[in-house]
Amino acid sequence: MDLNNIEQLLAKYLDGTTSLLEEQQLKLFFNQETIPVHLEVYKPLFNYFTVSKKETFTAKLPLETKTNFTYKWLSIAAVVAISFGIYFNWSVNSQDLGTYSQDETQLAYKEFIQSLQMVSKNFNKGATSVSYLQELNIAKEQIAYLNDFQNPIGRTLKMNN
Amino acid sequence: MTQTEFLHLVLPFKDKVFRLAKRLLVSKEEAEDATQEVLLKLWNNKSKIESYKNVEAFSMTMTKNFCYDKLKSKQAQNLKIVHSNYQDHSVALQKQVETNDSLNFVEKLIEALPEQQKLVIQLRDIEQYEFNEIEKMLDMKPTAIRGALSRARKTIREQLIKTHSYGLK
Repeated sequence: MDLNNIEQLLAKYLDGTTSLLEEQQLKLFFNQETIPVHLEVYKPLFNYFTVSKKETFTAKLPLETKTNFTYKWLSIAAVVAISFGIYFNWSVNSQDLGTYSQDETQLAYKEFIQSLQMVSKNFNKGATSVSYLQELNIAKEQIAYLNDFQNPIGRTLKMNN
Repeated sequence: MTQTEFLHLVLPFKDKVFRLAKRLLVSKEEAEDATQEVLLKLWNNKSKIESYKNVEAFSMTMTKNFCYDKLKSKQAQNLKIVHSNYQDHSVALQKQVETNDSLNFVEKLIEALPEQQKLVIQLRDIEQYEFNEIEKMLDMKPTAIRGALSRARKTIREQLIKTHSYGLK
């Protein structure tokens, strides 16, 4: 590009009236290795523009959604619950209930029968004492006959009227 | 809108948001925080995203406002932003230019500009936005934008000439 043109562009540039395309031309021109001495002042300026446009944002962007958060805790809770369940289940299964000899089982059987007999004896005793309540029913029926007396009394009262 | 869709939408301009934030806040860490904040706000309002006409311009405006708030609160606390970007890790980028110092010097010059001029220079000369886009982002009149741009460019040029001819005269 011829030098006159560049100088004109520079004047326009300083007035803030250049278009993007013209500014691009200026940048290209000043990116060259050799530049006329009287224009060397501008070189760092345009080079700076080119270089600083290359800086990028490198930090991470923590995009968390709210539902993710609850799911996380929910899964942790589930893992804890399951592991507890497995642990207790396993420890119960492994408990030794003990072994007994022949005599001991016999003895236990006898004791069990004895206690059952005792229960049934006492139950029967209780049942016979309750059977006296039957007498109460009989007495109640007899008392019911008294109702019949009231009928003739009612009738005689009517006749008097 | 899923995460990947959102990242796809944000990808073309997230660097621009970061650079704009860095221009205003200077410190790289602060700028990263600001960028995260702006993009997260956008993500949280993702249900409304379709109704925005221009998500990119909207994000740039959001960034500008966020950084202004940040600067204001720093001022209120009577604190100065201390930035320690002593080391630039982008060695490869710097290698293509022979003089690292002069580039840093330009950065210092832009840093010294008033905030509005900084914004205009960043959006026009670095991000290469059209004037009508900048109007929307900064809510400024076109003449005001051109004026600010011209003033900023001339200030930088004068400073450059001053240091360039230093020792010659």
